[in-house]
Amino acid sequence: MANSRPYASASQPVPPGQPQPSLGEVLRRNGVSRRGFLKFCASTASMMALPPSLAPAIAAALETARRPSVIWLSFQECTGCTESLTRSFSPTVENLILDTISLDYHHTLQAAAGEAAEHAREQAMQANMGQYLVVVDGSLPGPDSNPGYSTIAGVSNYDMLMDTVQGAAAVVAVGTCAAFGGLPKAAPNPSGAVAVQDLVKDKPVINVSGCPPVPMVITGVLAQFLTFGELPELDPYNRPLAFFGQAIHDRCYRRPFYDKGLFAESFDDEGAKKGWCLYRLGCKGPMTYNACATMKWNGGTSWPIESGAPCLGCSEPDFWDAGGFYDALSVPPGKPGELLLTAGAVGAALGLAAGVMSRRKAQAATKTHRPVTADELEQKL
Amino acid sequence: MITPMEFLMWTKGPMFQLALTVFALGLLVRLVEIFVLGRAHNYAVPRGNAVVGGLRTMYKRFHTDAGTFKAAPFDVVVGIIWHVGFIVALLLFIPHVELIKSTLGIGWPALPNPVVDAITAITLLGLLAALVHRLLHPVKRFLSTPEDYAIWAVTFLPLVTGYLAYHRVINPYPLGLGLHILSAEIFLIVLPFTKLTHIFTAWVARYYNGATFARKGVQS
Repeated sequence: MANSRPYASASQPVPPGQPQPSLGEVLRRNGVSRRGFLKFCASTASMMALPPSLAPAIAAALETARRPSVIWLSFQECTGCTESLTRSFSPTVENLILDTISLDYHHTLQAAAGEAAEHAREQAMQANMGQYLVVVDGSLPGPDSNPGYSTIAGVSNYDMLMDTVQGAAAVVAVGTCAAFGGLPKAAPNPSGAVAVQDLVKDKPVINVSGCPPVPMVITGVLAQFLTFGELPELDPYNRPLAFFGQAIHDRCYRRPFYDKGLFAESFDDEGAKKGWCLYRLGCKGPMTYNACATMKWNGGTSWPIESGAPCLGCSEPDFWDAGGFYDALSVPPGKPGELLLTAGAVGAALGLAAGVMSRRKAQAATKTHRPVTADELEQKL
Repeated sequence: MITPMEFLMWTKGPMFQLALTVFALGLLVRLVEIFVLGRAHNYAVPRGNAVVGGLRTMYKRFHTDAGTFKAAPFDVVVGIIWHVGFIVALLLFIPHVELIKSTLGIGWPALPNPVVDAITAITLLGLLAALVHRLLHPVKRFLSTPEDYAIWAVTFLPLVTGYLAYHRVINPYPLGLGLHILSAEIFLIVLPFTKLTHIFTAWVARYYNGATFARKGVQS
């Protein structure tokens, strides 16, 4: 892989006996200025919704942090999460932060292959028992489904995950597949795919969802772990609140158009050209929690909605099965209009029949009606 | 276990179809039977145009009768406020217009969201006030049946769940939205079989009322 240079650490472990360099040392060696580093710490603090006064604390913690061992497991995935991470952030300080973790095992990025690769994983586990981080991308076939759907080195995904997380400090599920099952779990879920949190119950699991996730979110979570040695505050889906606390819709720069009722009706009409709201074109922003609207993509260049594409809701569970991507959020699937007409027609026919029957009954009653005379009544009394 | 998204898709899919079927079938059976039955033939010479009178009364009933207002100002004011609010929230909220457009093929302009939001809040307060009044007023309380309270709840629920979903109070969001859709479906399902039918039959009653009086040459 052309861009694997920053991750050379994956194949260049520190020789035994030498201490791991601290993050500060690595950054200085890579030419990152003190000013640039502090700026990163300040923006990390604000990203995680921490007071600015904590920026020096982050700096101090990161400065002395030893490279934590990270084992990256890729299961039923498309490598999009890794692509996102490597492509968009290579020239920035965030990339170096990633470089300063000791990425001891990663299919795509490590140089080793075959037995040597698996050996690297086992070695990293033994050397850092109880302290390493496991990052997972991709879902995996559940314990009850055919393990043959996805294996690595002849080991089922399920066995590899359960074996690897045993000695882990925490598990980070990167991408919607690892966090919620994603595309493999979409109906009819042929491989019986499940998410990491469905299987790992005795270790903290942080979900960094998105298809793919925003790279800054991954670095942010790792920075928080390095700084405080603890996991960030999580939402009900176990996603870091700092990044998944607000809906796309609530932070969208096109929101004023939604509130005013100004919509693009097609992808090339006047509204689309003026940058109006994409709700009618299927934008799932109102039900999607992610940081795209604030952090954007490609180093803050743009993001899907800014480029005129409605949000697909890719950071939400089961977003593949949440109706058409280009149907407005409130639009139901199927053809309810036809159903309404059919049911109405049947109802009208039944009503007609009921009305006719009631009329006949009334007419029959009129025909057989016999007036009663006063004398007849007298006799009855 | 069913996930919030599965719940939302159930309310948007099969449950919505069931609700539409029950609503359309039930309502049309009742309305068509009323029309087919018609009114008893009147052999008297008409003194006025029944159709014009009927249509006029359909509109004129919107004007509150001075005597009624004097006797029950609370019912008139609060009643109008929450009825209008309910209709505005139902028909002039952007996502609702989208839903109607996708179902019936016809759409219309909607109101800005903050306006609908404020109107919904007022409507909720109006419905709460109506309930409190019903409970505190001895005559109203005596006249109220369990159906009255049930229908109050059926009317209140879509509004309150919609308000909570809009403000993201219920988490996760698909659960909040699903609850809102489900409550609207309950509204649709019970509509043809309860006093909610007045949404449609009130117009029929107004027309017959006006037509009968107009034929007699009497103001209604």
